[in-house]
Amino acid sequence: MQSKTTVLRESFVPRSIESIKQFLVSNMVTIMFVILSVLGYKVSGMTPFLFFMDITARISRNAFLVLALIIPVMAGMGLNFSIVLGAMAAQAVVIFVTHWGIGGLPGIVLAVALVTPLAALLGFLTGTLFNRTKGQEMIAGLILGYFAQGVYELIFLQLVGSLIPMSNPRLIMGSGVGVRTTIDLTGGLKYGLDWPGQYWGNDLLLRPTLPWTALGLSVLLALVLLAYQLRAEKRKRWSIPRMVASMVGIVVIAAWSIVQIRSNSQINWIRVPLLTWLVIGAACVGLHFFSKTKLGQDMRSVGQNRHVAAVAGIDVNRVRIKAIILSMVMAAWGHIIFLQNLGTFSTYGSHEQVGLYSAAALLIGGATVAKASIKHAVLGTILFHTLFIVAPAAGRQLFGDAQIGEYFRVFVAYGVIGITLAMHAWKHVLQSRSDAKPSGTEH
Amino acid sequence: MGAAPILRMRGISKSFHGTQVLHDVNLEIMPGEIHGIVGENGAGKSTLMNILFGMDVIHSTGGYEGSLEIAGKPVDIKSPLQAMEHGIGMVHQEFMLLPSYSVAENIKLNREVLKPNLVSRLFGSGLQSLDYERMYRDARRALGRLNVGIDEFAPIAGLPVGYMQFTEIARELDKENLRILVFDEPTAVLGESEAAHLLKAIQEIAAEGIAVLFITHRLSEIMEVCHNITVLRDGRVVATRKKNETNVLELAELMVGRSMQFNTNSKRQVQRGKPILEVKDFKVDMPGEQVRSVDLTVYQGEILGIGGLAGQGKIGIANGIMGLFPASGEVKINGEPLELNSSQAAIAAGLAFVSEDRRGVGLLLDASIELNIASGAMFGHGKFLKTWGPFSQTDRRAIRENALKYIKQLGVRCTGPTQKVRQLSGGNQQKVCIARALTMNPKILLVSEPTRGIDVGAKQVVLDLLRELNEELGMTIVVTSSELAELRSICSRIAIITDGQVAGILRPDDSDVNFGLLMAGQPIEKGA
Amino acid sequence: MASNSFLKRIDLARLIIAEFFVFLCITAVALRLNLAELITSSLSRIGMWSVLVLAMLPAIVSGIGPNFGVSLGIICGLLGGLTALELAYRLDEIVQFSPGILFLMAILFSLPFALLVGVGYGWLLNRVKGSEMMIATYVGFSIVSIMKLAWVFLPFTNPEMAWPIGRGVRVQVALGNRGLAQLLNNFLAIRIGEVVIPTGLLLSGALCALLVWFFMRSQTGMAMAAAGSNPRFAQAAGISVDRQRIIGTVLSTVLGAVGILIYSQSYGFLQLYEGPMFMPFVAVAAILIGGASVSKANITHVVVGTILFLGIQVVAVPVANAFTADWSSMGEISRKIIQNGVILYALTQAGGE
Repeated sequence: MQSKTTVLRESFVPRSIESIKQFLVSNMVTIMFVILSVLGYKVSGMTPFLFFMDITARISRNAFLVLALIIPVMAGMGLNFSIVLGAMAAQAVVIFVTHWGIGGLPGIVLAVALVTPLAALLGFLTGTLFNRTKGQEMIAGLILGYFAQGVYELIFLQLVGSLIPMSNPRLIMGSGVGVRTTIDLTGGLKYGLDWPGQYWGNDLLLRPTLPWTALGLSVLLALVLLAYQLRAEKRKRWSIPRMVASMVGIVVIAAWSIVQIRSNSQINWIRVPLLTWLVIGAACVGLHFFSKTKLGQDMRSVGQNRHVAAVAGIDVNRVRIKAIILSMVMAAWGHIIFLQNLGTFSTYGSHEQVGLYSAAALLIGGATVAKASIKHAVLGTILFHTLFIVAPAAGRQLFGDAQIGEYFRVFVAYGVIGITLAMHAWKHVLQSRSDAKPSGTEH
Repeated sequence: MGAAPILRMRGISKSFHGTQVLHDVNLEIMPGEIHGIVGENGAGKSTLMNILFGMDVIHSTGGYEGSLEIAGKPVDIKSPLQAMEHGIGMVHQEFMLLPSYSVAENIKLNREVLKPNLVSRLFGSGLQSLDYERMYRDARRALGRLNVGIDEFAPIAGLPVGYMQFTEIARELDKENLRILVFDEPTAVLGESEAAHLLKAIQEIAAEGIAVLFITHRLSEIMEVCHNITVLRDGRVVATRKKNETNVLELAELMVGRSMQFNTNSKRQVQRGKPILEVKDFKVDMPGEQVRSVDLTVYQGEILGIGGLAGQGKIGIANGIMGLFPASGEVKINGEPLELNSSQAAIAAGLAFVSEDRRGVGLLLDASIELNIASGAMFGHGKFLKTWGPFSQTDRRAIRENALKYIKQLGVRCTGPTQKVRQLSGGNQQKVCIARALTMNPKILLVSEPTRGIDVGAKQVVLDLLRELNEELGMTIVVTSSELAELRSICSRIAIITDGQVAGILRPDDSDVNFGLLMAGQPIEKGA
Repeated sequence: MASNSFLKRIDLARLIIAEFFVFLCITAVALRLNLAELITSSLSRIGMWSVLVLAMLPAIVSGIGPNFGVSLGIICGLLGGLTALELAYRLDEIVQFSPGILFLMAILFSLPFALLVGVGYGWLLNRVKGSEMMIATYVGFSIVSIMKLAWVFLPFTNPEMAWPIGRGVRVQVALGNRGLAQLLNNFLAIRIGEVVIPTGLLLSGALCALLVWFFMRSQTGMAMAAAGSNPRFAQAAGISVDRQRIIGTVLSTVLGAVGILIYSQSYGFLQLYEGPMFMPFVAVAAILIGGASVSKANITHVVVGTILFLGIQVVAVPVANAFTADWSSMGEISRKIIQNGVILYALTQAGGE
């Protein structure tokens, strides 16, 4: 025992400097976006109330979709741009559930129940396609999304009303053929999950204020961390500086919450869709649990090296298909959450950017094409959407034109994906050049 | 012992795309026996092991003939998974490890210890949790059997190669039903002391009653640990010997022995011109064919052979000179130093190369014969072009005439000069490669594995062609080949490469034993 | 035997598309649609796209695969066009350029951009071998989206280009004012009955194709093809594979720049902002439909593909409309399905790693 502590103390100082440096380098993208977000917020001149209201809504709306991307990354298939198909499936189901006039939480449950098999089927087909385009899954996923867009338009713009009988003046265009270009979910699925009480006439059910939620979350987080630190094996425990930094962060958030609660700031008017956040939290816990199961381990094995996994007897293609099915189903659920929060959606456009924005958020959170975790997804969602909120306002402040901020945030989404992809591919090329089979001894 | 053999392979034959690589191979191994398998490159060792391990390359190419018995029961192994179920383990030549996993996770790869949980009870066993505690314990136990102090928590990335190798072995040992363990060149990546440790570990594994198949070209290792030795040559078992009934000399001779009768080229060693190609302290970083330090002189007008076993570096020499893999050292042509690592410089200096990888490097498979023949001179020397200032156009007529000339001269069998090279047989493709090199009008012709993958009749034609070029045109030729018999039939001197160095230079009529010894990395003791 | 090898060459996907085209044409005839109009607009549509599709050829041949990032070349062309218009405006007092000269100026000005961008883009693609298609796509998307910012800030003063109020260049810059619109289309145009053959447009497409054809038979062209089809062979023959790939990329970018100018004069506007975003996919799909794969292509594939794919787009809309007025989106939908279906099919045929 004695010796171990001395070793710890000796190595503590130099190692911490080294590790801080390493931390900065390996989290460059995220740090850059933190700075960009803070600057953008400052410049935008937004009130905290507007900002927090918007970010709360956007986290609820998008976090689940970003989580849907994690599993394929684990399985070595890169960013799954085909989640657009899951989103289309969700929209298709939402259209029908709206047509039947089932709203609120029951409508959401029905939509989830219907979309799951549909998304699983699409996932199976997509996975099969990806197994035939190994190494090019991302471009195949992207193109598949465009292809599916055509099929989706064919069904909902041309066949519904003509071949598929459906008449509902709220949904169908005046000509009787095709689904309207925007669909209003008000009085139906809108806020079905965010605001479940509405359906039963209780507005505030499961809708705590933001400061109380933040306080609750920070207490929960602190407890979980402490419990982990006490129960985990020694070598897995967090280092002291990491623990201290996290605790300080948690305390700051808690303190902020208390200050808000005790004041009569507008922030107290912001209400958090607790059920949605619980669902997102459950997805995080589920993913964490999944990564420690046999199937999760198989996915990581396949993700690292298909050949080695195959020699070890893992059915590589099957595992890859399962990864895409899971991702697709999660994307479909995520998109239902997205739509119910949005309230109105564009029938032929709302799903289009799902892949782009989710992937960009994940990468901004610090993920790469080969490595992504829940932490990256959550952090990335917050950062990316902060930027999304502040960019137009900042653009207006700086250049007198909100459009410029909008252009900028779209560029950021594409740019961050482009740069991450290029860096990953470059690293891959360098790696395969250097470790082309170990051969011969170096005497 | 006297027990039944644990593994019996009977009448195993296998052909790939019409080329027979295994003929009627029989093999028997007892529990606890260490059985060595030796043979030259292409003798069929790896194919035999692939069959045993149910690898996909076997089944996707039409399976094999013959039967496998494990512990007296006939089995048909269709996949690595089934091989594992039958208790067959293999330590592969290349590492089968996942770099970001810990040693323990690698040892338990796809055999993770699982514990059921609520979700798995509902949704199936795929969602059972990993039991890390027991995985670490198992890993520790397996590593303990090898007497190595590897930290089972450490990630593979960053471990020394020796540790990786032991991790792989530990993985096999951890399989509870392990009965047969195959080692494919396990010491190739290890340093001396690690290799010694490994050999000891192998003996201990066998002492536990596991049958070990040990594949290597290092005859001294074979003699050190094996009980019995099977020698493969050209896909046939040429001998099975008990260890105490044989010696390194005999094994070397058996391994190399002539498979085909060629006329030994004994009269041609006299004419020796001035040095045309001098190579000093030459190193080439070619994966799998590392050249460590080669000194060699080629004289004007001779055919120099470069022989040796696979992986020893013989292939690397010509590839290094031609600038295809990173090289260092000194190369002189006619006394002029050659710029290394530049194919352009090598071609400009008058070298032409017929690659061992005919389809990968030697040819544009989807281009016409005529274009392939002209391409070397066109790209290397700017021939077959009509130029106007910076603009150029290919000279179709000159290309056609040249192609017709060589098609006739070398007897390329084809429908015409515009046929795609992909459609030609291996022998005719090789003729196109040679025609391509000749069109470049080289001072020195480097030919690697001239007869690989072509049928027997065509082999003779290609070899005769090289001899004629040398005798009639006085062309200096350096032939690299795994087939010693070929080298002995056309060369005036043969350099044997072992461990990336020249082990010795022999005359074509030197004894088989001497060739065998040099190839196995043993010094030639007496004149023999 | 003969039919067997024929079937192998014209594989199923292309056969279906070709048959679809024939079916559309027969239906168009049967429905008594205005054939002259269909032929006229098909010809001009084919001519418009020809050089953009041609831009795929050097990229595929040099081994970088279909150039999903040809939007870079397109932007260079647009920049060249805007620069020419700006210069013409600034020099209005001194000299009036004829439309022909102005068009050549546009091409001339776009070349330095295209060369520079092409070299940089080629350098990048050499570093990401194996993922060129995905990287190219996202490089294209990124550049198009950053150019949206640039269009706002670039200091162009020509009132034909700028928004009357606010800042930046218009979304569409009209070319009619200076006689650039339909310049090539009208050059030597032949009228047969009601059919108008845009001779100048088709000729300029053919001229570009001819130049590329000559290039492919030069030493550099041959070396590029060798580098693309077998990099290890090329290396052994003393060819610098990376250099050839850069040459291919530059050529593709330059053709993209020239291609968009030819496209724009026919369309009558320079389309900025979102305009270039999805154009590469059309060009990629066209050459693939013509019979190319992600690693093999020739001039025939360009010609056949452009005619088939753009022909379908022109004919599909009126045919669908003739059935029912509600099917107005059918043209766009069938384009999406065919275009992306063909690219997907080509990706599966490439066989992955």
